[in-house]
Amino acid sequence: MSHANIREFAPSDVARRRRWLTRDRLIALLMLMPSVVAIAVFVYGFIAWTGYISLTAWSGIAPDYTFVGLENYRTIFRSVRFQTDIRNTVVFTLFFLLSNLILGLVLALLVDARVKGEAIFRSIYLFPMAVSFIVTGVAWSWIFTPGNFPSDPTGINLLLDRLGLDALQSAWITDKRVLPEFRPSWARTKLGVPMAMLPVVVAATWQMSGFTMAMYLAGLRGIPEDLREAARVDGASEWQVFRRITLPMLQPVTLSAVIILGHISLKIFDLIMTMTGGGPGNATDVPGVFVYDITFNANKIAQGAAAAIVMLVMVAVLIVPYIVYNARTEVER
Amino acid sequence: MFGTRRWTLLAALLTLVSVILASCGAPADTGTTGNTGTTGSPAASTAAATNASPSAAASTAATTSASPSAAAGTTAGSAAAGAGKLEIFSWWTNGGEADGLNAMFEVYKQQNPGVDIVNATVAGGAGTNAKAVLQTRLAGGQPPDSWQVHAGRETLSYVDNLEPLTQFFKEQGFDKVMPQLLLDQLQINGEIYTVPVNIHRSNMLWYNPKVFQDNNLQPPKTMEEFFTAADALKAKNITPLAVGGKDGFEAAHLFESVLLATLGPEDYTKLWTGDATAWADPRVAQAIETMSRMLSYANEDRSAIGWSDAAQRVLDGKAGMTIMGDWAEGYFLSKGAKVNTDFGYAAAPGTDGVFMWLSDSFGLAKGAPHAEAARAWLAVAGSKEGQDAFNPKKGSIPARTDADKSLYDEYLQWSMEQFASNTLAPSATHGAATTNAFQQTWSNSLEVFSSNLDVEELIATLEDAIGDLSQ
Repeated sequence: MSHANIREFAPSDVARRRRWLTRDRLIALLMLMPSVVAIAVFVYGFIAWTGYISLTAWSGIAPDYTFVGLENYRTIFRSVRFQTDIRNTVVFTLFFLLSNLILGLVLALLVDARVKGEAIFRSIYLFPMAVSFIVTGVAWSWIFTPGNFPSDPTGINLLLDRLGLDALQSAWITDKRVLPEFRPSWARTKLGVPMAMLPVVVAATWQMSGFTMAMYLAGLRGIPEDLREAARVDGASEWQVFRRITLPMLQPVTLSAVIILGHISLKIFDLIMTMTGGGPGNATDVPGVFVYDITFNANKIAQGAAAAIVMLVMVAVLIVPYIVYNARTEVER
Repeated sequence: MFGTRRWTLLAALLTLVSVILASCGAPADTGTTGNTGTTGSPAASTAAATNASPSAAASTAATTSASPSAAAGTTAGSAAAGAGKLEIFSWWTNGGEADGLNAMFEVYKQQNPGVDIVNATVAGGAGTNAKAVLQTRLAGGQPPDSWQVHAGRETLSYVDNLEPLTQFFKEQGFDKVMPQLLLDQLQINGEIYTVPVNIHRSNMLWYNPKVFQDNNLQPPKTMEEFFTAADALKAKNITPLAVGGKDGFEAAHLFESVLLATLGPEDYTKLWTGDATAWADPRVAQAIETMSRMLSYANEDRSAIGWSDAAQRVLDGKAGMTIMGDWAEGYFLSKGAKVNTDFGYAAAPGTDGVFMWLSDSFGLAKGAPHAEAARAWLAVAGSKEGQDAFNPKKGSIPARTDADKSLYDEYLQWSMEQFASNTLAPSATHGAATTNAFQQTWSNSLEVFSSNLDVEELIATLEDAIGDLSQ
């Protein structure tokens, strides 16, 4: 008996349901089940569990499930350190995204220019991504440790010293300044860009810009040459071709890059831990380090959970509007 | 066609079932291992009792435990079940610390043959990673038999998971050979919970003798002398005081010595009782001012260097002094430096006559799977033999005052005399006087102060943290 026959003779609801649950689909469902269950438990289950813990009074080794509402959130948001962390993570994410997108695009355009040895350049730019953030952090902390300059510089300051560029020496990862420093009445920390964060951005960009380049390169290769050719025939300048055709066509790549880089930067932990340890003071401290410190050093489990939920919300705030925006533009197209 | 489909379906079903079985099987598995542990523990206890009880049969029980009858007695028949086992948790996995711990293990094995020691540790630093794992195990109700913790108030975090050992101290006679002040400061709510294995000193000044000689300086005894010496060194373009920061505790470490110098041992110790009035003492603000002034003589890049880098600068003569615990001596020695020629030592300025101690200790887990083996371990950890095996290698002094001095180097001998004769004060930064919760805020807020020198912010943060002293 073939399927066509069933459809002919029994076009009832039962049959439609049966058709929905074909063997193929059943197999597919069964095959997916283990990972669905695993993800439901180990990802969403634990997110929910963390959310629940963040509303309790658990502080110390022994669990304490006394419900305290949003008390933990109030506590961490009132603390100088967490306010500083939020400032830092916003600054880091903005600088990290901008520098990566710009550098990545520039590198991609250069590599895409059909230069000789393209594969070599591509590999060189991409290699840092293969290194772990731990290694990056340690190596760049050596580079950016200023030493007792100007008399006894180390790292990049020593290099500048040898080059006779003493004027460019700086405190790098030990720079305490926050620019432009201002402090609204509601803030317990100075707002602005912590100068010590910039070397960290440099290290992170060194690591991830190659990856951004690869993404843009794939995007560039996906743009049909005839589009640009047509524009050139119509008398468009190279800049116009880039501005009116290449850039708009790269928009989906930018979106993906923002999401991937954004969630890396909002959750950054290892790089900060090894490069600056959060210092000087808390100038490069981020929520990831805060969660670790407050949970495992101070044993304030509930506050750690609250901070982790705040991180989750921050990632959602970055990503959700982009997804919604993207979905809308997809529909319009 | 139909046949292959059916096979695929079957395969899919099998996969699903096996996944479900596997996930259900895991807890059942741990259940049986747990059982093995408990059924194994009587055997372990007899084995461990060898040195404590006169029952000679105990040692034979341990050696014959691998026999079929013993194996049959355990449900799972696991090989390790019959033999005695001791699971401890220590982050001493490197260098002298590991050597010392192994030496102590040897002493234990001699006294408790047949007991297998498992160190379920996680390597790394001051044990931050190990603490995280320990915490998970405690929360999961699977404690190791005994674990490493800073003696003193830090133990408060674990009180619910530890057996009180006050009686044990009396049985073993530890209370007769450890200084009374130490025993007092070890107490939490009237009970002692851990056995201190060693003593380190926090309020130590390390200096470069050559730099001091060249500039006709003496190691400063008071704060005034410190600033005079600092001015002299600064004039010679030598960093007067090397301070670290990368390890997170250096600024707090410096500050506790300043607090001790300013308040004296009695009022300093009162700060850690959780009493807010003790903090209202104007001398606390004065100590912060002194700290601020000291930092103006310190290296500017302190957030990027660790305590050992700071010590290295003293060794290199780039800096004159550093204030660090006496593990700095271990660092100097490991660099081949000689005491009194390459590095010199003295009590931190203004704290002569006070020994600010910190100590590593081991406790007994409540519901320890191998409680008797663990008690035997604690007996070794607190014994003269155990401490004299451990401490010369670790570079610390025993918590007992009857140790064999000839085993220790010049500095440690001096430190042992000081420990026996000085007033004792507990270290706040290293857990002798404070809880984990307070230490975290304490270290972080002083690291911030080391960077921004904001007195008001420091006071506000510390005031917020006073409540953490009692939880």
